[in-house]
Amino acid sequence: MKTLVLVEHDNTEMKDATLAVVTAASQLGEVHALVLGSGCASVGEQAAKVAGVSTVHVADDDSLANQLPENAAPLIATLMESHDAFLAPATTTGKNIAPRVAALLDVMQISDILSVESADTFTRPIYAGNAIATVTTSDAKKVITVRGTAFDKAATEGGSASVEAVGGAADAGLSSFVSEEIAKSERPELTSAKIIVSGGRALGSSEKFEEVITPLADKLGAGIGASRAAVDAGYVPNDYQVGQTGKIVAPEVYIAIGISGAIQHLAGMKDSKTIVAINKDEDAPIFQVADIGLVADLFDAVPELTGKV
Amino acid sequence: MKILVPVKRVIDYNVKPRVKSDGTGVDLANVKMSMNPFDEISVEEAIRLKEAGKAEEIVAVSVGPQKAQETLRTALAMGADRAILVMTDEEVEPLGVAKILAKIVEEEAPKLVITGKQAIDDDSNQTGQMLAALLGWGQGTFANTVELDADSIEVKREIDGGLQTVKLPLPAVVTTDLRLNEPRYASLPNIMKAKKKPLDEKTPADYGVDISPRLTTTNVSEPPVRQAGEIVEDVDALVAKLKAVGAI
Repeated sequence: MKTLVLVEHDNTEMKDATLAVVTAASQLGEVHALVLGSGCASVGEQAAKVAGVSTVHVADDDSLANQLPENAAPLIATLMESHDAFLAPATTTGKNIAPRVAALLDVMQISDILSVESADTFTRPIYAGNAIATVTTSDAKKVITVRGTAFDKAATEGGSASVEAVGGAADAGLSSFVSEEIAKSERPELTSAKIIVSGGRALGSSEKFEEVITPLADKLGAGIGASRAAVDAGYVPNDYQVGQTGKIVAPEVYIAIGISGAIQHLAGMKDSKTIVAINKDEDAPIFQVADIGLVADLFDAVPELTGKV
Repeated sequence: MKILVPVKRVIDYNVKPRVKSDGTGVDLANVKMSMNPFDEISVEEAIRLKEAGKAEEIVAVSVGPQKAQETLRTALAMGADRAILVMTDEEVEPLGVAKILAKIVEEEAPKLVITGKQAIDDDSNQTGQMLAALLGWGQGTFANTVELDADSIEVKREIDGGLQTVKLPLPAVVTTDLRLNEPRYASLPNIMKAKKKPLDEKTPADYGVDISPRLTTTNVSEPPVRQAGEIVEDVDALVAKLKAVGAI
C-alpha cells in the first residue's frame, strides 16, 4: 500500500505531530510525505530525513501559504489517484483538511486512530475516550487522522527520501487568510512537553493563574495547560485547553491543579504516565485517575511545591 | 438571509457512557439524551445573527430517529423558525449526513450553514468539512467569533497555536467551537410556542443519496482503566514521590 502523510509545519519547521503519523503510515505500507506550503523547501528537506519516508512531495505555492483546506483538498485528492491512503495528524490543521479530502474522494474518514490492526481495520476512541471502537472500512482509498500520543515518533534522522515538486496548486477562490494570533512562547508545546502543569477554575483569575501556575512550570521546564472551565473563564487562551475537544496530551508527568476532572478533561490527559492532582475537594473525580494526590488548598500547596522542587 | 443549522441528538454530556458487555456498542437505553453541545452553540449563533438583523430565517435540521424530534423542538424553542427531520433508525455516518444535508441545501438555498465542530458521541469532527466539500463552498471550522456581512463572513478560528482569521465569500459552512457563545435556555412560553412551529418529516429516500455505511464496527470495548494511586499527606511527601518516579 502506498500512503501519503500530511506534514504539519509552519513553512519553516516540520512539527513533531508529523512523526507519529509517519509511524502509523509505515504500518500500512510505503510512506510518502506531502508538504503543502509557500517557501517551504526547508520543510521538504526535514521531511526527507525522517526515517521510513521514501518520497517527499512538495507543493510550494502562494495559495498554500496558510494551508487553507479549500485549496489543499483538491490537490491532495489528485495525488490520491496514485496513493491508497491519506493520513494526517489529528491537529486542527489535519482535522480541517482531511474530511474535505475524504468527501472529494467519496470516502468515509476514520478519525483519530489509536492503532492499526490491519490494512483496513483500526481502533479509535468514541464518547470522549470512554469507549474504544474497532472499525473496518470498505472504502478502497483510506482517509485517516492519527492521534499523536498513540504512536511512537519516527526518528527525525536516518532517512534519505527523494524530494519531488508537485504542480497544479491553485486558489479555489473560496477562502482567504486574514490574520493569525499565534502566541510566541519559549515553553515546550503541550503535545510534546515532558511535563505539563495544568490549572483549573479554582485558580479564580488570570492573575492568580499566572502567579501560581507559571512559576511551577518555569521551575520544571513544563508546558502549561488548562481545563475548559479555566479557558471559558478567560484565565488563559484557547490553545491551552486539554480535553476531548482541545488538545490530547500524554506527558511523562501531568500535574492537575484545581481541576475537578470532568470526563471531557480526563479524555485529554488520562494517558499521561504519571498524573498528580492537587485539589482541596477530596471527592474530586481527578483523584480517581491520579497516581499521586494531595488534598490541599492550591494557593498554599503550589507555592510551597514550587519552592521545594 | 436564510441559515441552516444541522443538529444531532446525542447522549447528554453529563452522562458517563457505559460500554455494553457484549462489545456491540455503548448502552443508550434509558440514558438521558440531549442536543449535541456544539450544535446548541450553532443554534444560538444563528439566533444572535437573526436578532442582529443579519438573518431572516433559521431552519434546523436533524438526521436521526423519531426522537430527534425532541432535539429539533429544543432548537425551535431556542428560536429557530422551522425544522426538518430526516428520519432513520440506521446510524448514518458523517459522509452520509453530509450528502443528505447537501441535498437539503439545494432545496432550501441557505447562504450560511452553521453546525457543531463535532458530535460528542462519535467524536468524528467531519460533517461540516464534508458538506463544504460536496457543495464546493468555503469552510470556517472551529469558530471562536464570526462577523457576518451581506456577501461574506469572517471567521476567527481556534487553532492549535492560537487563533486564525479567514474570510469566506457566501455561501459558506461554519463549524462552532466552545467559545463562540453561551447558548440560552429556552423559556417555558417559548417551549410551548415551539410545539406549533412547522416540523417537516422526511426520510433519506426522499433525497435519493447513497448513505450506506462504509465502516463496520466490529467491537466496542472499555479503555484500559487507570487505578487511583495514593493520597499523600503534605507537600514534602509529594516532592519525595515525584523524585521517586523520576519526575524531578
